[in-house]
Amino acid sequence: MSPPVKLIGTFGSPFVHRAEAALRLKGVPYEFIQEDIENKSELLLKHNPIHKKVPVLLHGDQTICESLIIAEYIDETFEGPPLLPSDPYDRATARFWAHFMDQKCGKPLWLSLWTEGELQKGFLKETKENLALLEAQLGGNRFFGGDSAGYLDIALSSLAHWLGVLEEATGVSLMGDECPALRRWAGEYTSNEAVKPCLPSREHLLGYFTANKDKLKLKAMAMLQQ
Amino acid sequence: MEAARGGGEGAELRLLGTWSSPWVIRVKVALGLKGLSYEYVEEVLASKSDLLLKSNPVHKKVPVLIHGGRAVCESVVILQYVDEVWAGASGTPILPSDPYDRATARFWATYVNDTVATWHEMIQCLRVTCLQFFPSWRALFRSTTDEQRTEAFKNVVPVVDTLERALRECSKGKAFFGGDAVGLVDVALGSHLVWISVVDEVVGVRLLDKARFPALAAWAERFLAVDAVKEVMPDVRKVMEQYKGFLAKWIASAGPS
Repeated sequence: MSPPVKLIGTFGSPFVHRAEAALRLKGVPYEFIQEDIENKSELLLKHNPIHKKVPVLLHGDQTICESLIIAEYIDETFEGPPLLPSDPYDRATARFWAHFMDQKCGKPLWLSLWTEGELQKGFLKETKENLALLEAQLGGNRFFGGDSAGYLDIALSSLAHWLGVLEEATGVSLMGDECPALRRWAGEYTSNEAVKPCLPSREHLLGYFTANKDKLKLKAMAMLQQ
Repeated sequence: MEAARGGGEGAELRLLGTWSSPWVIRVKVALGLKGLSYEYVEEVLASKSDLLLKSNPVHKKVPVLIHGGRAVCESVVILQYVDEVWAGASGTPILPSDPYDRATARFWATYVNDTVATWHEMIQCLRVTCLQFFPSWRALFRSTTDEQRTEAFKNVVPVVDTLERALRECSKGKAFFGGDAVGLVDVALGSHLVWISVVDEVVGVRLLDKARFPALAAWAERFLAVDAVKEVMPDVRKVMEQYKGFLAKWIASAGPS
């Protein structure tokens, strides 16, 4: 009998979602441990002393951190539909684009939502170029993983769910008419039976972003100074 | 003999790189560990080849591994690709077989990637400051060294401390992060050792100080002695010359002192 699986996470985090989506797509039962990010628990600090962040996967007495690493761990450890393709070149492609999302796409996207004027224009342009690349990568496929959702869909899931909410909260349009394939994919992903239950409520997210607009704008400016 | 198209083990291998880039060295080491022969293409970053631009249109960076005509980009992605295609090849695997150990290796390789940027930032800071404030090369260099040294050290020492502990945990008393043989984390971190030496000399410090970080200092010597590493590691003096050349150019372009 496999040791119990627990996931430490918070509400609303797209990184926590990645880990949950991986567990659900793979069909792995788990216990969700809600963390208060403003007041980090002993459990979290003990299991992720380096980054002190969520998600953290606990499998028996083993700890795995970093959402994408967790996704690969889940794929390699448990029986269930494969999250990564079997061909090494396709795997490399999936890893490349997941890395692209985190290293190149994420920050300018966030900044394009919360900055203003000339600065914002620059980030908007960059973000639209990045999204166009992803649009091209998706092509006519139902999911980035092909016929079913997989590792890269999980990695890009913030674009499927969070992006729409952020566009509404800020009035900034990122995934407009230029991204029909991405928009269709977003619908496919968010209505996927396995994934749906671990998507945070749209209303809650919208409420949060709307209520914290000023704070998030200040944080964005601080991010720029780094 | 016709090279197979697509990713078969026998298909043609080409590596696009620049000779002193640690990220390119990573791939060279991995290919060496697997005993693979490949064509190496030296890129001039100031005028990138059509092949590079076509193979890595997203980032336009090296390293790029072209296998049977298909491009693989991003050093850690390439390392895993090489490990998976040539799983049966000579030498031990670059990634361990146990999923938990693989996750641990990936975690530390990611950590190295995220923090190594700090070391290079130190070099960048020196470069940018050169352009901004220049009187004479020496005076600037000295003052920059002092400010930058404290700042850079503040950021870097905790990182090296963490890696010292990581080495002890991952190696479990053996020679490398990967155990008895070199693995993903060894390659990811070890490929930066030449640049670490250059920065040591430029700033006048010793990052992997034997007294402070004994495990890492000993590991660095062992890593540099591995055949696959020795064969591809550029000469520290050549890298130093290249770096001094860059600095001199920037100083010159900053105007008369």
